[in-house]
Amino acid sequence: MEITAVYYLIPALIMFCCGVYGFITRKNMIAMLISLELMLNAVDINFVVFNRFLYPEQMEGMFFTLFAIAIAAAETALAIAIIINIFRAAKNIDVRSLNEMKF
Amino acid sequence: MEMTIPVLILAIPLFMFLFLGLLGMKMSHKLAGTLGTLGMGTILVLSYYTAFQYFFSGAPEFINAAGERLQYLVFDQTWLQFTEKLVIKVGFFLDPISAMMLVVITTISFMVHLYSMGYMRDHHGVYEHGFQRFYAFLSLFSFSMLGLVVAPNIFQTYIFWELVGASSYLLIGFYYTKPSAVSASKKAFIVTRFADLGFLIGILVLSYYGGTFNFAELTSAPVEGLAGVSQVSLGTAEGIKAMFTNSAAPVFMGASVLTWALVLIFMGCMGKSAMMPLHIWLPDAMEGPTPVSALIHAATMVVAGVYLVARLFPLYLMETAALDIITVVGALTAFYAAMVACVQVDIKRVLAFSTISQIAFMMVSLGVARPEFHEGLGYMASMFHLFTHAMFKALLFLGAGALIHAIGSNDYTAMHGLRKYMPITHWTFLIGCLAIAGIIPFSGFFSKDEILSSCLGYSWVAYLWMSLVAGMTAFYMFRLYYLIFWWKEHETPEGHHAPHDQPWTMSLPLIFLAAVSCVAGFIPFGELVSWNGHPYDFMAHFDWSVAAVSLCVAVAAIVLATVMYRKENPLPSKMRNALPALWTWCYHRFYWDELYMFITHSIIFRSVCRPLAWFDRHIIDGTMDAFATVTNKVSEAIKPLQSGQIQMYVWYYLIGALALGVVTILCLL
Repeated sequence: MEITAVYYLIPALIMFCCGVYGFITRKNMIAMLISLELMLNAVDINFVVFNRFLYPEQMEGMFFTLFAIAIAAAETALAIAIIINIFRAAKNIDVRSLNEMKF
Repeated sequence: MEMTIPVLILAIPLFMFLFLGLLGMKMSHKLAGTLGTLGMGTILVLSYYTAFQYFFSGAPEFINAAGERLQYLVFDQTWLQFTEKLVIKVGFFLDPISAMMLVVITTISFMVHLYSMGYMRDHHGVYEHGFQRFYAFLSLFSFSMLGLVVAPNIFQTYIFWELVGASSYLLIGFYYTKPSAVSASKKAFIVTRFADLGFLIGILVLSYYGGTFNFAELTSAPVEGLAGVSQVSLGTAEGIKAMFTNSAAPVFMGASVLTWALVLIFMGCMGKSAMMPLHIWLPDAMEGPTPVSALIHAATMVVAGVYLVARLFPLYLMETAALDIITVVGALTAFYAAMVACVQVDIKRVLAFSTISQIAFMMVSLGVARPEFHEGLGYMASMFHLFTHAMFKALLFLGAGALIHAIGSNDYTAMHGLRKYMPITHWTFLIGCLAIAGIIPFSGFFSKDEILSSCLGYSWVAYLWMSLVAGMTAFYMFRLYYLIFWWKEHETPEGHHAPHDQPWTMSLPLIFLAAVSCVAGFIPFGELVSWNGHPYDFMAHFDWSVAAVSLCVAVAAIVLATVMYRKENPLPSKMRNALPALWTWCYHRFYWDELYMFITHSIIFRSVCRPLAWFDRHIIDGTMDAFATVTNKVSEAIKPLQSGQIQMYVWYYLIGALALGVVTILCLL
């Protein structure tokens, strides 16, 4: 059985949908962050797969993925710093109770 | 003549206005007043020098070999350039009348500056509030008036014409906490502004057909070999008239377009010079401080209309219909104002109506002037009367100011018998009265006599009419004189000083102007000013029979005034009861103000302004309000979308993204 692009893309789609679902439903901000990472990784997989199957002689997709991983690491660090600060201020990281920023 | 002095004549008062206006509050009252007076004194010296150079230096740009005076354009700077042809310039134009006006304006203005140092403070020597502002405005006025008289083109005249109107507005409303002063200033501004509408249309018509703004190109021919020098020429005026008659539409509504243009320009002059029916602002303008009345509303600004007609005189000669209109308007105004002046109680009002009447004399004199009769005697007489009137009317106003300052009231019933207390004011005021009444040898005698002579050359009706007005002038001035200085004086209340003469700053201008009024009649004016620059012997045209008749009329009027008003007696009230209707109409100024009130309030406001106000308030404001209301309502409705719940935002985003995706797919299918 030959492994085609669809075999990679379907798990990536499932991962992305799980990420979206988690991001919308979870109350804990850490869990939301994890969901976000899940979505990012799904996208990374897509990049690699399309590069590998559509343009095997080029490397842009691979490098883009490496780049996105680095950015994601930095972004995670930032997000965690924000969450820690919110926790210090509000003693709480439940995103539904943090609704000060409204009209 | 080099440019420096003419530039300084305009630059110094402008600088003084900015300096005193911006920094006046930082300096003491006395310093501001002294600086303003010194600045004006400098301009006085420079203007006298300029006028002296013009009249007596004999330089080739001022006078030609035949002894005719020329017009010299000292400088002409481009100020605004709209197109190739439409260029607005600012310059300095010297000719007999502008040189004479330089002398008149700076003399009176300097006297008023000096006088105000004493007038604008109370009996304890405390300066009035806004003293520095007063001097700043006086400088602004001097600048505007000087710019007006030296204008080489009619557009510069118009610009400075409006500037004098604005400074008049500012000075009438000087006591801006007093409602009557505020409404008087508004009235003066609106009435003259309304008249200036006609003036502007007249300028546009004249320059559209004539192709130029410059007076030199409208009325004069250039002199060969000398740059900027021109000479008054009827040929040029005829050329301008030919341009009108050869144009596509030479006739408009039964009169030639040139007549229309000249009459419209005269409408501006009527507003500024307070000719009937646009005279209503001048009596109210007396709400301003008295030195302002002397400077602006007696001597200088109000004669700007006469001056402008004199400036365009060769063009007016082309259309005698316009000159006839000037004559009729002037004659009616002179008579009307003299009638009203006979019964007024407020001494400044008497002087105001007297001013209207005397300016009307000058207008009539221009209207009847023809080159065929005594080489245009009327023109010279008008300018001569302008000169002498400026001096004696400023004197009378400053005298009235001294009385008001001493008594604290404008009403003659509060005065009576002041000749013992205020001898300087009494004698100078008497000289002013004799001058305006036309008693030999005071200045008014000569100028008025020439006006009457030129009226006689025009028609005997005009002569009789103006002689009657001259007699009424003598009568109402001496009525005023007796009521102020004679009769039994009022008791001085306990604890008050008796009225007394004023400090030297106020007396000196009175004495100076009185001296000028005594001798100004002997100036050989005909050699200096004439309509075409051609000098002629003043005495050769002096008509002794006219002089004798006018002198008799004046003396008779003075005798009548003496009989009626020298002592308190029942004669005036008997006369009043004999003609009650006439007295009431005169006292109420023939109800002109009421007529204007009726027209503006009952007709214009009710039928035009109210519907417009309704439209503005309901339609225009309503539309704008509706925009605001709808925006407000919509934003209130969608406000809850920003809930602060991040996950809700994600939902919105997701739904939006999916919707866009669905739309894209549908489009691709």
